This record gives sequence, C-alpha cells and structure tokens, in this order.
Amino acid sequence: MKPTPQHHFSNLTIGVLELQGDFAEHTAMLRRCGAGKVTGVRETHHLQHIDALVIPGGESTVISKLLVDLKLMQPIQKLVAENALPVFGTCAGCILLAAQIKQRNEQARIGVLDVVVDRNAYGSQIHSFEVHLRSNRLPFIDAPPLRAVHIRAPAIVHVGERVDVLATFNHTPVLVRQGNILACTFHPELTEDTRIHKLFLEMVAQHKR
Amino acid sequence: MAANGNGHAYDTAHDLPGTSFASTQPAPAVSHADVANTSTYATKVGLAQMLKGGVIMDVVTPEQAKLAEQAGACAVMALERIPADIRANGQVARMSDPSMIKTIQESVSIPVMAKIRIGHFVEAQILQAIGIDYIDESEVLTPADDLHHVNKHNFAVPFVCGCRNLGEALRRIAEGAAFIRTKGEAGTGNVVEAVRHARLVNADIRKLKHMEDDELYTFAKEIGAPLDLIRRTKELGRLPVVQFAAGGVATPADAALMMQLGMDGVFVGSGIFKSDNPKKRAEAIVKAVTNFKNPKVLAEVSEDLGNAMVGIEMDQLVQKWAADSRHKTH
Repeated sequence: MKPTPQHHFSNLTIGVLELQGDFAEHTAMLRRCGAGKVTGVRETHHLQHIDALVIPGGESTVISKLLVDLKLMQPIQKLVAENALPVFGTCAGCILLAAQIKQRNEQARIGVLDVVVDRNAYGSQIHSFEVHLRSNRLPFIDAPPLRAVHIRAPAIVHVGERVDVLATFNHTPVLVRQGNILACTFHPELTEDTRIHKLFLEMVAQHKR
Repeated sequence: MAANGNGHAYDTAHDLPGTSFASTQPAPAVSHADVANTSTYATKVGLAQMLKGGVIMDVVTPEQAKLAEQAGACAVMALERIPADIRANGQVARMSDPSMIKTIQESVSIPVMAKIRIGHFVEAQILQAIGIDYIDESEVLTPADDLHHVNKHNFAVPFVCGCRNLGEALRRIAEGAAFIRTKGEAGTGNVVEAVRHARLVNADIRKLKHMEDDELYTFAKEIGAPLDLIRRTKELGRLPVVQFAAGGVATPADAALMMQLGMDGVFVGSGIFKSDNPKKRAEAIVKAVTNFKNPKVLAEVSEDLGNAMVGIEMDQLVQKWAADSRHKTH
C-alpha cells in the first residue's frame, strides 16, 4: 500500500463518536493528519454524510450504555455491515468493536471485529504502561518505533481468521485490522505520532475511491 | 472463543512464541517492543483524559457502586460517608477503611477512586498498596497537614486535587496532580461555589492568554504558581490537565451548567444518593453531561426525577470546606 499524500484526505469527512472519553484528542489528531472535515457524532442524524467513524478511548461501559440509550448502536452496526463504513477504535473503542468480551459478554457492543478482548487485562491504573512498538508491517516498516500508551488497557486474547495482526506486545496483538476495521488497545491520539491515524485515513480514502 | 472457532488464541498470562500466528493473512507481523514503563506521566494524565465527558459518583456500598456503573458513571469515588453525612456528623473525617474500598473495587469494572486527607502521604501509600486507580487529596476530609500537600510525584497512582483559582490549580499540578477539580461545597447540594471557582479559573486563563511574555514573571509571582506551568497554560489556553467540576452538583441542569462553563466532566457526590430516585437521577446526569449543549435533551432528562437532595444556603454553613481556614496555604 503506497502512502497517500496528505492532501488526498482533504475530501474526507470523519465522524468522531462524542459520547464520552478522549474524542477531542482524536479530532485534533485527525485535523493534524489533513482530514478535510471532522464532525462529532452524538445523535443518529450525525451519522449521515460521514465517510468513516472513530470510536475514542474512554470507559467502554459508559459509551456502550449511551450507544444503546441514544439509539446509535443499531445504525452504526448497519453502516459497518451493509456499507462497509470504515471504523477505527482505540482502547474502549477496540472493546466496543470486538465480537466478544471475556467474562463480560453481556456488555452491549458494536461487535463487528472478529476478536475476543479481555477488559483491564493488565490490572488497575498502577499497571498502565508505555512501550515502543516495532513491527515488519505498515506503518512500522523502515520507521522509528511507535510509542504506545496503554491505560487500563484491554488485551486481544483471540483473533479470527479474517483478522490481520499488525503489531504485538508480549506476543499479544495490540494493533489489528479486518477489512475496513482498524483497532488498537493503546492510545495513538495521546501522542505526537500520526502514523496510525494516517493509516486509517488511507483506508478511508481507498474505500471512498 | 471467537465466533468461527478458528483463528488464534492469546493468553496474557503465558509467554507465547512470537510468530506462531495462525492468521491466513500475508506476512504475519514480526513485532516486538521494548520493556514497558509503568505509571508514566502520560498514563497518569491519560486516565483523566479517558474520564472526560463523564460523571464520577460518590458511593458508600458495593450496591451503590454497581448502580452507579449501570447508570453510566465513568468512575466511582469509594467513601465511608458521603459529604452530606460528613457535614452532619462534624467529627474528624479520614481515609475510608481499605476493606470497604476493596469490596467496591471487586464490585465494578470502572476505575475506583478514594480520598485522603490533605498532606496525609501515608494514607496515600495505603491506597496505592491496595491498587486504587486515582487518589483524591480532598478538602472534604479533615486536613492532616495545615501547610503542605502531598508530594504527588512520589506515587505511581495519579492524584486529583481541588482548586479555587488558577494559582491553586497550578500549585497542585506542580506537586504532581494529574487531574484538577474545582472546589465546591460538597454535601450542600448548592452549586454556587463550584460555579464561582470554575469562573475564577476561566477568568485567570483569559487574562493570561492576552498577556505579553514580559508580564508572565510578575503574574507568576502574583498568583504563586511556577512560571513553566503558566507558560504552558498560556500556550494551551486551558489548564494543562483535565478539569472537572465538583461540589454541590445536584441536577442534570447543574451538571450541564458546569460543562458549558468549560469543565471536562463532573463529580457528583451527595446529589445522587441523597435524592428520591438515585438510579434515574444518575442516568439523567450522565446524559446531561454528554448532551450538555442540547437543551431539548436536557429538558427530557430533567423530567420526573423526584426531589433533589435538600440544599443548604452558603450562609447557613457551619464549616466552609473550599476556603477552609484549617488549611493555611492552599
């Protein structure tokens, strides 16, 4: 996949789910990466005219409840299933995209990514950590290691056949892709590194073409 | 485990070989990472960033904690007595019993916070030892040190502290606080102090934004805050860490008011479990914080909530906590 020049993102409209969490950081990052328009999604009509959706970090239980209460869950599931709407989830966003949640499978979720996640897999806040990731896959090739900030992070404990693992930590996947779905257990939006968001924007641009 | 039964399983408890992916995708990732660093500044400040747009609720039992989680709280504050009861009681208020905090930790999956007395670094050591997610060095408890706050840089657990103005906020951040809340008058159901302090911080920052760099030295001296943090605040146009409202929030409208005043989220203490219908009120406040700019939604969630907690007028207060004279430096 050849990197797309940044200006190719200028015709893209990216929706950021603004129910709870660090959505402002995602919006700032997407703008920095050259996304044409970044809009907040809080109500169903905000889902019209978006080329992609970003689900931020936050508390997955809160976002999950609000997705149901504000009647956003089904429309999002439908857009991903029927229109292959590109979606990107970080941390809580990754939990909400997962097909299954270990031990808490009753938690409502979008459930389109064929992985099993384990919430708070590393323990309480004092076990939150940063690592520098390397990988032989995009967007890591011939590039410096990527700083990955994990905060009360989930772990991806199982991936389905369709899921492509792009990076791991301690042999556990931390960045995965399945078609138009991108998810990571860490927070690229909290760092200065634009690579993961640019990778997503490239996916969106290719989907739109 | 996964829907189709194929694929590859990972177990964080066991060290699996790095390249044994069963993925059918081309070129499986050969990926590795350096040693992980825990409790960095980014992870401490980052957890507060994850709480943004959320409501943190005071709870005294595991049942209340579960109710708060189900109602959409982004974290809970584990306490033996909620502020309204601490006021009624009038005795020395201290850190809660660790066993009580542990039962709350076991009952929910969201972050659990707990309070220590101002300056009581041993209470902080105890809370860190039981794996608390955030410590609130709180004026709601009786101060343990009338001159100093805890040196929060010494801890792996992040801290939240109260403030009444920009100087106080930046002093707490200098001491290592990763998260700031306004000092309201907790336990009163009266939002006036939280509003006053949010506005004061906002006004200080507005003033700072229009200052010339030459003027920052004197401003730093005037408000008693470190110069580097003043520069950072000017550059960002806001506090360098997440800022929540706290103290006296009792209704969805109160919560939305604090959000419209620029706060990143709200703490609700006595306001929920001292009201007629805690579950409904908790859910309503959560929705009000998400939709704080939408009066239609605010109207819907404000309907039929039953009685809010009985409020107290500020001039009826026996003891004011925000401007507590028991603490001399703030």
